[in-house]
Amino acid sequence: MQVNNEFRPKIVAFCCNWCSYAGADLAGTNRANYPADVKIIRVPCSCRVNPMFILRAFQRGADGVILCGCHPGDCHYTTGNYYARRRMTMLFSMLSYLGIEKGRTRVEWVSAAEGAKFAATMNEFVETITALGENKRLEDLRCKK
Amino acid sequence: MRRIGVFVCHCGTNIAGTVDVKTVAETLGKEPAVVYATDYPYMCSEAGQNIIKDAIKEYKLEGVVVCSCSPRMHEATFRKAVSAAGLNPYLLEVANIREQCSWIHKDMEAGTAKAIVLGRAAIAKVQLNAPLIAGESPVVKRALVIGGGIAGIQTALDIADAGYPVDIVEKEPTIGGKMTQIDKTFPTLDCSSCILTPKMVECAQNENITIYSYSEVEAVTGFVGNFSVKIRRKARFVDENKCTGCGVCTEKCPVKNVPDEYNLGLSNRHAAYIPFAQAIPNVAVLDKNRCIKLTKGKCGLCSTVCSAGAIDYEQKETIVEEKYGAIVAATGYNPIKIDGYDEFAYSQSKDVVTSLEFERILKADGPTDGHLQRLSDGKQPKTIVFVQCVGSRESGSSHGCGKEYCSKICCMYTAKHAMLCREKYPDTDVYVFYIDVRTPGKNYDEFYRRAVEQYGVHYIKGMVGKVAPQADGSLMVQASDLISNEQLHVKADMVVLAAAIEPDKSARPLATMLTASMDTNDFFTEAHAKLRPVESPTAGVFLSGVCQGPKDIPETVAQAGAAASKVIGLLAKDKLSCNPCVAHSNEMMCNGCSSCANVCPYGAITYADKDFSRRQDGSMIRRVASVNEAVCQGCGACTVACPSGAMDLKGFSTSQIMAEVDAICK
Repeated sequence: MQVNNEFRPKIVAFCCNWCSYAGADLAGTNRANYPADVKIIRVPCSCRVNPMFILRAFQRGADGVILCGCHPGDCHYTTGNYYARRRMTMLFSMLSYLGIEKGRTRVEWVSAAEGAKFAATMNEFVETITALGENKRLEDLRCKK
Repeated sequence: MRRIGVFVCHCGTNIAGTVDVKTVAETLGKEPAVVYATDYPYMCSEAGQNIIKDAIKEYKLEGVVVCSCSPRMHEATFRKAVSAAGLNPYLLEVANIREQCSWIHKDMEAGTAKAIVLGRAAIAKVQLNAPLIAGESPVVKRALVIGGGIAGIQTALDIADAGYPVDIVEKEPTIGGKMTQIDKTFPTLDCSSCILTPKMVECAQNENITIYSYSEVEAVTGFVGNFSVKIRRKARFVDENKCTGCGVCTEKCPVKNVPDEYNLGLSNRHAAYIPFAQAIPNVAVLDKNRCIKLTKGKCGLCSTVCSAGAIDYEQKETIVEEKYGAIVAATGYNPIKIDGYDEFAYSQSKDVVTSLEFERILKADGPTDGHLQRLSDGKQPKTIVFVQCVGSRESGSSHGCGKEYCSKICCMYTAKHAMLCREKYPDTDVYVFYIDVRTPGKNYDEFYRRAVEQYGVHYIKGMVGKVAPQADGSLMVQASDLISNEQLHVKADMVVLAAAIEPDKSARPLATMLTASMDTNDFFTEAHAKLRPVESPTAGVFLSGVCQGPKDIPETVAQAGAAASKVIGLLAKDKLSCNPCVAHSNEMMCNGCSSCANVCPYGAITYADKDFSRRQDGSMIRRVASVNEAVCQGCGACTVACPSGAMDLKGFSTSQIMAEVDAICK
């Protein structure tokens, strides 16, 4: 396999406002490093993430998408992360049917106190995506002008 | 296309250290919509805010992007500034280039590139922001305090003093908490009961305070200003209104061998009992697991001796439902179970005790009536060894129950114990084994120095490796002295273990009910570690005492007062402005399928038949969803459930998030 050292993956991370986004902030406060390839989008709750957003990210050339929410039972809105979990299970199985490797998508629970876990998760995810290489399967070339 | 202004903050060197802020401002300035872009050392300062305000007016900005710290930190600040310049406060987006960029990336090039992308995403989003107006909701002027220890008591008294009604829910039969079990308090050595019991009485007498003792919170719904709480009042089988607290039932009760919780099981109580003499409310309780009448249907002695006729074997638990504007968690702590620390022989010898047990031994209403005695043979110990940090500051999980944090109070109470031993019994030899002695606090170090210099307590830096019970009843303590680098063997009569403290077990389920966040040790998380230390990130929930982190009594009382003042500030308002980022339904697209209502955790969505008749099409009445904006909390579950795309969330609309995705993936 040809390894391209120049390859830097594009990674979109959806983080819920109450737990994971705060966890990401804590990672920053603790200066817990992870690669700059991860770009975070803040959503009120993991259940706000429409499967469409993830498809859109892949269509626009993202190499990996991760969704982070509160731990089961700890959702600020009581049940949001359960909805997210079910929706993503459905979406990911369909993505795998389309030939998108399983490692490119992920759901992770990160609490507001888990800055170290957030950084560790991102490091690991970037590593996985870098190993998988560029994602072209869903990319819409019309978007590349 | 809207006219956008971009403001890049240096945050001193916090951002500028690893992000080239000039380049960020220049690059973002070239984006098509951006009419003005600048950078400034501290955007949140007054001068920084003025730059934003002036630019809004001068360049007729229709949207503002601030590239700075986390929006959780200063979004509200910048919204105010934008609003002051006449722009709708929701036409602002914050790009988080500090916590999520400069602080985690060491490489200037990567950091700068990422900051630019985050800025572009914010610009793309703000293009689609709608001007939002916050609605208002009324405030129920009543507070709930969960936990009736010194933290809860002080919070309740302060709230009641300001004239607001407040309810205390305490799971034990009496309020008072851990402080009732303590003998003396550091650094003044005044009697714990003497300063606590007047406050307990004050709670009972204050007309603004209602005490629900022997009760637990069952369910919490609602939101800031309007919580609805179910309180389960456990059956005590004694009518609280009739019982005079005379104590005859507790004396006559034939079941005498129930471990006494107040004495940590070091003595026994009856099945009918009052926890201790100064209990509030001073009302007896029947232990339903041990009472002969309640378990076997026989006996009934207490009922015959009760002259007030207060005993009620048929009493059932009841549920009280009440509305509150604010809730204070004051659930407190417990020492950890130290059965896992076999090396200290805690489970093998009665003369190895925890510090709280030692506290009971010293206190006049304890199992030894306040005499310093060994529990095994009643003899006065001549040599006492105190072991610090049992389960505190433990990395890894060598014992499975240790805590990484410092329990904070042990150094001081051990100095107190050592001092009290030497004061009352000057012929006692006292050793304290420690890792570090931590005494930050007013008059604390002086107190510790007194223990060493005036009272001659032997402080030895080093940890105890093993406590071995000997045939003659003594305890051989093996330890290392880290300063002289020697192995020590001390023959002791008593060993006292300073067990780590941990949050009460009731805190975790309570946090789930309150949707309040906790850290990995089950301490409640504060809204901001430094600037909002008594508020939970969940609006309307406040924190008092050790449930937020280890503290001693003075700190707990200070925090309790602080929590009370925050509650008073909230209850003093007649109305609160609501979060305007709520769901709304596009009636033209809605087909009334109920998918959204099925996933809404708040029941905020209702349906109504609406007339869409037009002249050319004739009559058309459709069932459509509508969102109650005062009830909706803005989670967005409905937006994804809606099959026709009629539901959207203000502030986090589908098109806004898509625009962010596009900008990031560009």
